[in-house]
Amino acid sequence: MGLAKRIIPCLDVDNGRVVKGVQFVDIRDAGDPVEIARRYDQEGADELTFLDITASSDNRGTMIHVVEQVAGEVFIPLTVGGGIRKVDDVLRMLNAGADKVAINTAAVAHPEFVRQATDHCGSQCIVVAVDAKQVTGGDTPRWEIFTHGGRKATGIDAIEWCRRMADYGAGEILLTSMDRDGTRNGFDLPLTRRVCDTVEIPVIASGGVGNLNHLVEGVIEGHADAVLAASIFHFAEHTVEEAKRCMQAAGIEVRL
Amino acid sequence: MQSIVVIDFGSGNLHSVRKAIEHVANGASVTVSNRPEEVVAADRVIFPGQGAIGSCLQAIDATGMRQAIGEVITSKPLLGICLGLQALYEHSEEDGGIDCLGVLAGRVKRFPAPGDGALKIPHMGWNQVDQNPHPLWSGIEQGARFYFVHSYYVDSSELAEVVGVTQYGVSFTSAASRGNLFAVQFHPEKSQHSGLKLLENFVGWDGADG
Repeated sequence: MGLAKRIIPCLDVDNGRVVKGVQFVDIRDAGDPVEIARRYDQEGADELTFLDITASSDNRGTMIHVVEQVAGEVFIPLTVGGGIRKVDDVLRMLNAGADKVAINTAAVAHPEFVRQATDHCGSQCIVVAVDAKQVTGGDTPRWEIFTHGGRKATGIDAIEWCRRMADYGAGEILLTSMDRDGTRNGFDLPLTRRVCDTVEIPVIASGGVGNLNHLVEGVIEGHADAVLAASIFHFAEHTVEEAKRCMQAAGIEVRL
Repeated sequence: MQSIVVIDFGSGNLHSVRKAIEHVANGASVTVSNRPEEVVAADRVIFPGQGAIGSCLQAIDATGMRQAIGEVITSKPLLGICLGLQALYEHSEEDGGIDCLGVLAGRVKRFPAPGDGALKIPHMGWNQVDQNPHPLWSGIEQGARFYFVHSYYVDSSELAEVVGVTQYGVSFTSAASRGNLFAVQFHPEKSQHSGLKLLENFVGWDGADG
């Protein structure tokens, strides 16, 4: 027995409200982040990730308030991503009760920011979110980093990028396949495995989960340390506990 | 009303620790402080910490907290968390090697490099604690999982002080105790039911091995 593989539900938050229609039958307010966080906590989620998709930076303060409220009631690790561009942004989230922040666009624009953030706050609270897309296929597939929701190519090799972010002190990689995100066809397993086998820090697999077996594949074939999913939990198709039982039945160590 | 002070040495996230303590300590006054006189005056003290050990020890000395911690240990219950466990040992390999507070016997070492990729560093996530009898484990299942995140681990040289052991490539001290002192490598404030139960037990503990 030892370290358990983690299951992490992900919530998109817009102006302080959870979007993408969370549909628990017995929940009164489907858009309330605190109520939804409490539910996932009860189901046995190992961590929670909140992505702030608020378009206007004027409303970023709303997210701080959400984090404060959730952190006051749910005692599992919380990661917050979206709009983190300066060390001050990191500190503000940590002081509000986040345990980790996810840095995406700002890392691509200014890689040194990741080094500054880890020097200042410690590696344990800096997650680098990597959006990767396959650019060549065949026997030697290649993936590159994309920004702006997968629309903007950067030309940066995804595997090299993850290695570099680990060297800069990132404590964890949140790896999303832009080819699979939203498809419900399962993780990009070759990508996941390449990244997991390359870096010495934990990797969270993300993008494409459509059923519980995909979570199992992410760990067993993708070598992921944690798996992140949104829609299969939001639409009450499966509970986190069901997901864990399924993983356990496949021989994966989980916290039950 | 009992007073609980969380020592602040500028390491960031103390919000979670304070919130979790408030959650289990009905009506207690919970404050975050970097003033030694407030720490010494409290009924019980939490010594949390994350980040690097060098800056932690620097802050302890800059605020005059070293002496306060020494005084607290002899007079009231103290709970160390994460870096607050490691700092109590004699020496750490972190930051090029550094002498620590030397309250507990042993050394802090870095996890071996992953090599074949089998073990990631940091050790991050929910792992089991093999408990040795102690009042603070009351009501917590043997082998229960707690949330860890760290790259260095405690190698105790005094077995009597070890009250919890965890496996991650090596077998390391995940909980230690002596007299009024109880310290853990994991984060009870982030370990859901088991973590809150441990904090609740601490809030009701009289110290001195119970």
